[in-house]
Parts: sequence; structure tokens; C-alpha cells
Amino acid sequence: MTETDIRAVLQEELGNIAPEVDLQKVDPSADLREALDIDSMDFLNFVTAIHHRLGVDIPELDYPKLVTIDGAVCYLETRLGPTKS
Amino acid sequence: MPSLGADMEAGTLVEWLVKPGDRVKRGDIVAVVETQKGAIEIEIFEAGQIERILVALDTKVPVGMPLARIRTDEEVKGGAAAVAAPPPPIVPAPAVREVPRPAAPATLARPTIVTAPSARRVRASPAARRLAQTLGVDLGATGGSGRGGAIVRADVERNLAGVAAAAEKRRSVGLDLDAMRAAIAAAMARSKREIPHYYLTHQVDVGTCEDWLARTNAQRTPDKRLLLGALTLKAVALTARRFPAVNGFYRDGQYEPASAVHAGVAIAIRGGGLAAPAIHDADQLALDDLMARMRDLVQRMRAGRIRSSEIADATITVSSLGERGVEALYGVIYPPQVAIVGIGKVVERPWVIDGAIGPRPVVTVTLAADHRVSDGHAGALFLTEIGKLLQEPEKL
Repeated sequence: MTETDIRAVLQEELGNIAPEVDLQKVDPSADLREALDIDSMDFLNFVTAIHHRLGVDIPELDYPKLVTIDGAVCYLETRLGPTKS
Repeated sequence: MPSLGADMEAGTLVEWLVKPGDRVKRGDIVAVVETQKGAIEIEIFEAGQIERILVALDTKVPVGMPLARIRTDEEVKGGAAAVAAPPPPIVPAPAVREVPRPAAPATLARPTIVTAPSARRVRASPAARRLAQTLGVDLGATGGSGRGGAIVRADVERNLAGVAAAAEKRRSVGLDLDAMRAAIAAAMARSKREIPHYYLTHQVDVGTCEDWLARTNAQRTPDKRLLLGALTLKAVALTARRFPAVNGFYRDGQYEPASAVHAGVAIAIRGGGLAAPAIHDADQLALDDLMARMRDLVQRMRAGRIRSSEIADATITVSSLGERGVEALYGVIYPPQVAIVGIGKVVERPWVIDGAIGPRPVVTVTLAADHRVSDGHAGALFLTEIGKLLQEPEKL
């Protein structure tokens, strides 16, 4: 799975959680909780969705690594292993 | 058309999920109605068969008007012997379809009201009479279940429960935030006008809860994880059961304690707006089930999809600010409820344990309660008890 694929999955799942936000305008280095006005329940739903989609079980201790889109992409790339090309 | 809040006068029927001939059972969702609070799913309270749909789509209907006629199982069994038990009367509902839609502001045609023939003397309780009069129901044809066959309020209400069943269907309905703001304004202005609030606050060390959650969640996949909000909600619900003076309704100058705890969960809507749909019997649910219900509620709320019974009957409200909030919140009671519990965000604070100061995660729990029903002393015991329960999360 490429970085572009991961980014697309994240965009889609964030769109489900905050449908009224234009994700194209969200700074990929901004704190998602503030940029999207999401609470801990939304964040848990986001993590759950990633687990279902990508099979990556993210422990609570790693949550801080996922608070920005860039951070989440980086974290998931590492967890998913080297990209097959 | 059920009343989905003290301030609701009418609703627009936007979707039927049943048709004549369909069988329905209690709790089935039969229609979707748009109100100031957004789209609400209407549930049926009786089992039976849909006989007739009385209200066309896109019709605005006043509260109390029948939406459909249902033949209850008892009536179906009665069959030909229906002479003895005449079918419940219906208020004639001339299809008040609003046409043409764009130009003129739609006006609402009042349904013709059927009044009981004056010649016939009907035995009925004053409450039943009042309700029947308000709703325009013919008391004479209503079967009575009270003493000596007298008609009681429940009979009238049962008669009106005309609506029906079906599979839940996804439908995206945008919430009308302006209308929701108007509804909040009406309810909160009424609250501040009528309810003498008193406020109490209590700081609770939630370190034990956080440790327990971290240990528990480490063993679980994300879909099974718990949040502190589930622990606090369960603690409030369990305590509310033991303090009837904060769990119930103040109506017509009288307090009626509720027999169950239906916890209204305040959910903020992005873009401005708020709703507090109820989780039924929150005190009876296992923690995992309660958490699942909260997740479901938040997701459906975001999608603009709540059910009629969830909107109408919370017995106490819990409002949690979450991690992006501030330390404390002093709530405004949602009438006719008599209490609202506020849960602030978790903050690290210096705390004294066994004579030594250390940092602990602390939550401020507040209570706004109705002084017509309870006093500060009882309120303080209520908050103290919530704090105690949160020291033993494994027992929640």
C-alpha cells in the first residue's frame, strides 16, 4: 500500500466522522482534534475504522502519533511494512 | 404525531417505512418526521397490522393528530365480533398537503375535530377528558380500562398510538441548525424562567479510572475499547436510581419521580447545535453495552438520525465537555427534567494523598438541580456518591 493509498483511506474515514468539513482545506500537519472539532469518541471511531480497513490495531499508547494526517500516514506506513512495488 | 419535546407544535412527515397490510410490533420504526430537532424516527407502541395511512408525505401535522390507523392484535382476533368492540375512532385528517410548495408560505389546515355526541354520557377520568379534548378524540368510542369501564388517560393515549413498522432505512437528512437553535432557545428560556436552579460542584480523582481503562483497553481491539465517558455515565445512572429526587419530571406543578433511569446524553453538533437523546435504562446496562450505545448514538446523531423515544423521554441529562472542553460546566436543566450533571475535562492537578502532594487526573462533576424538588443537602450526597463509585471502576 502506497502513501497515496493510505492518505486516501484516512481522508475517507475522516470524512465519515466529520462529513461537514472540507478535508482538502485541512492542513495535514494540524491537530485533527482542533481542525475537525472531534472528541475522544470520534477519535476512537476513527481508530476503529482504520483497524477495520487496514488491519492495523493501534494501541492507545500510540494515539498521540495519529493526531495529524501526516503523522498518521507516517505511522501507518511503518506499521504496514515496506511498500511492495 | 407524537410530541417530541415540550416546545414542539407540529412535525412534517417525510417518510413512511410501512404500508397498509404490514405487520408491526412495539418499537418498530414506522415513519420519519422532520422537526426543529432534525429528522426523528417514529416508533410504534403497539403490535398489530397497519390498516390505513392517514397522512401523506410532506404534510405538516400538529402534535396529537393520528398518522395512521393500526389494527391491534386484539382487534384482529376479535374479527367479526367487532360489533362489541368498535374500532378506535380516528380524527378525520383531511390530507393537508402543502401545494404549491415554492411560492406561498405553506399554511397548515386544522383538522376537523370530532367531539363526542353530547347526548351520550361517557365515564372517563378528568385527565382522559382533557387529553381527548386537546387532541380532538371521540371519547365515546374509546374502550375504557379503568374501574367500571371508565376511560382513563392511557386509553386515550393508546388510541392515538396509530402508526406502524419496518426495516431501518438509511436516509441523509441535513439538520436544520437554525430551527434547532430556536428549539434550544425556547426550552432553555423556559427552564431559566420556571426552574429555580441550584448548583453544586465536586472534584473527583479519576486516576483509578484511567489506570483501569488503560489496562482494560490494552487487551482490546479498538471496536471494544471503553472511554472515561462510559464510566462517568454509568456512575451517574446508578446513583440517579438511588436518588429519585433528581430523576424524573416536574409537570403541572407536581413532581413525578421516574421508575427507570433514561440518561440523556448531551451531544454537541458541529456547526452549532445540541441534542440530548436518551439511553434507556442506562443504570441496567453492562459497561460494554453502555459504551456501544453511546457510540451508536453519537454516530446516528452525526448522521441526523435519532429515534422518537430517545428524544422524548430522558429522565436526567448528563453533559460531558470532553478533552477539548474546560474544567467545569454548570448546566441548564432541560424541562420537564429536574437535574443535569456536568462532567468537565480531565485536568492534572496537585492532590493530597496520605499527607503527600502528587499530580492526579481530576474531573469536576457538577449538578444543576431543581429546588422545587430537592435541596443542596440531597444534591451533595448525590454528587459524593458518584465520586465514590468512580473510585472502583471495576465494579461499574
